[in-house]
Amino acid sequence: MSQGGGVLSDALLVARKDLLLERRAKIGLGQVLPFAILVLLLFAFALDPDRGILKLATPGLFWVTVLFSAVLTLQRSFALEAEDGILEALRLSGMSPAGIYLGKVTALTIELLLLEAVLVLGVAVLYDTKFLGIPLLFAIALLATLGIAGAGAVYGALAARLRSRETLLPLLLLPLLAPVLIAATRGCEVSLEREAMSGWPWAALLGIFALVYLTLGSFLFRPLLEDA
Amino acid sequence: MTTTKTQSASNLSPAPTGTGSRGTRVLGGFALVFLVIAVAYGLFISPADAQLGNTIRIIYMHVPTVMAAYMAFIITAVSSGMYLWKRTEFWDLLGSSGAEIGVLFFAVTIVDGALWGKVTWGVFWRWEPRLTTSAVLLIMYIGYLAVRAIPADPRTRATRCAIIGIVAIVNVPIVHKAVDWWRGLHQGKTVLGTIDPEMGGTQLFAMYSALIAGLLVCVWLLIHRFRAGFLAERASDLGLDQALEERRLESSPATGEDA
Amino acid sequence: MSAIVHLRSAVALIGRFPALAGVDLDVHSGEILLLRGPNGAGKTTLLGVCAGLIGLTTGEALVLGEDLTTNRRAVRRRVGLLGHDSFLYQDLSVVENLDFWSRAAAATVADGRAALDRLGVASRLFELPVHSLSAGQRRRVSFAAMICRRPELWLLDEPHAGLDSAGRDLVDGLMAEAATSGATVLFASHELDRAEHVAHRSVTISGGVILDETPPSSETRADL
Repeated sequence: MSQGGGVLSDALLVARKDLLLERRAKIGLGQVLPFAILVLLLFAFALDPDRGILKLATPGLFWVTVLFSAVLTLQRSFALEAEDGILEALRLSGMSPAGIYLGKVTALTIELLLLEAVLVLGVAVLYDTKFLGIPLLFAIALLATLGIAGAGAVYGALAARLRSRETLLPLLLLPLLAPVLIAATRGCEVSLEREAMSGWPWAALLGIFALVYLTLGSFLFRPLLEDA
Repeated sequence: MTTTKTQSASNLSPAPTGTGSRGTRVLGGFALVFLVIAVAYGLFISPADAQLGNTIRIIYMHVPTVMAAYMAFIITAVSSGMYLWKRTEFWDLLGSSGAEIGVLFFAVTIVDGALWGKVTWGVFWRWEPRLTTSAVLLIMYIGYLAVRAIPADPRTRATRCAIIGIVAIVNVPIVHKAVDWWRGLHQGKTVLGTIDPEMGGTQLFAMYSALIAGLLVCVWLLIHRFRAGFLAERASDLGLDQALEERRLESSPATGEDA
Repeated sequence: MSAIVHLRSAVALIGRFPALAGVDLDVHSGEILLLRGPNGAGKTTLLGVCAGLIGLTTGEALVLGEDLTTNRRAVRRRVGLLGHDSFLYQDLSVVENLDFWSRAAAATVADGRAALDRLGVASRLFELPVHSLSAGQRRRVSFAAMICRRPELWLLDEPHAGLDSAGRDLVDGLMAEAATSGATVLFASHELDRAEHVAHRSVTISGGVILDETPPSSETRADL
């Protein structure tokens, strides 16, 4: 129905706009990233590094940190769209809702992957982690992040205009992401050789999660933008 | 040209004043009968299980509540999809009723599951796949109810809820698979929440009558919840017609409240 | 003379509040129509309905030939709405905003620059983030983002608000120019002296209904 360009060009436009906004305002770099590193420190304080718990729990702590940071990133990403009548403007623009959704997801995925990259360095330095099974790690990080962004964008948009969005978004989103946390953590443990099984089924589960929610989000974003 | 008659948004025959009807009373009667049978057979007549002992009697309750909860959530999911398609109040109310009743039954499921765990394992909670899945789902649907409770334009609220209803149900098999694999590494399957094929005569009868009782109670509650929601909507619709009148009166200077 | 906006018994709810309580309104092609009325009369809601943003509960609505009761989306690309909100990303610069919104509306980046020019936004402001602009400058940028879409129907909510007298003259000129070039303008304003001068016709809305229709003012009734 949109005459000017399809879903893909709308998605690119929105993704570029979001990344530009991050470059201008630097909320991710200046606030979310330091918060994430802080959480890594807090885990070290809570779980004495000398008793080896920290090392054992590293994959889980890493992904919990990513989830919390993702919630903050999502809040920011959709607060932007709820201010200054932007949601009305987006509806008036005639862009396809699926395009807007995929654009938001793309920008979120890129931002979160960059955050994870820095966090991996943080884990390597702070928790003294050795990395093995690099291809699996990459696959898991990419698929898990796509899933987090894909499901997160649906609920991020849903909560954006609610006054209680700060408390509501984690309540809605974190249980939804429970399988992502499980699969990503187990997958990473495998690649760090803590589990004696193949990690690829976990990657597959993450892939299915991402695919399901990206599809669902593309369809649900129209009613979300129109009526929610 | 100023006073145009607007058809009132809802043109209803005399509104019902309660949520009961002959249908629900009959249904409630059946539910009660099966409940009595289930209690009689489940607690007294059927023998203790060879392996599970008397804890099997918790399972007579556990299976029906979990089945009823899933049925309610499936109703919510179907209604959510139908709402986004048809945009009618019926599907919205059915969906939210399902979520509410589902949360109720799920909470009961988790409690009786934990009790079973205390008797069987000596601890209330183990990271057993079904229990864990249930806990995650329960919180997901509590989120649905939290959104439902936020005052909003009826269409907005209905859309939000419908989206959550769909997103949540899709997650059920994924959560289950993930938890299953995760725990599967460490421990075997448990019997909690399954109907043992070797269950004998009166045990089987207790199980099935409990199952029927559970589902009937669920449907009965669902119908009443739906009707209560329907009446609440009608109450605010009456408000709407009145609000329209009041709104039009604002323009006459005599009653002008705001400048 | 075709009706660009045709509303009959239009009822629209904001939440459960009937902001429009049965509006009858016709706006004709090439017309500049002023909506008058006190705060809370329903002016903003009426503009939102015409833009296809707010749905009707009951009644009829045809805008630019599209039936809004069956499809509210089709009309959106063809209208331009200037609201109370800026419709701009505060952290992006003026040109970044214009580039985004013009491309989002399937116009070109050049259209966006031309619109900024037309609104007299100085090029020294182009690279500044929108949040650092003054209210008047921001209003001009919002206006530019609206006209770069080349809307067939202009829906303006208090277009003079926050502008200096040069800005107001500019807005009046733009409205007149739009009407002569075939677009239609529906605008709400409290600045009646100025607004009645530029409008062809005005109606008063109060309590969610249209009260009266003022005949075309003598001087500016141009080409209907």
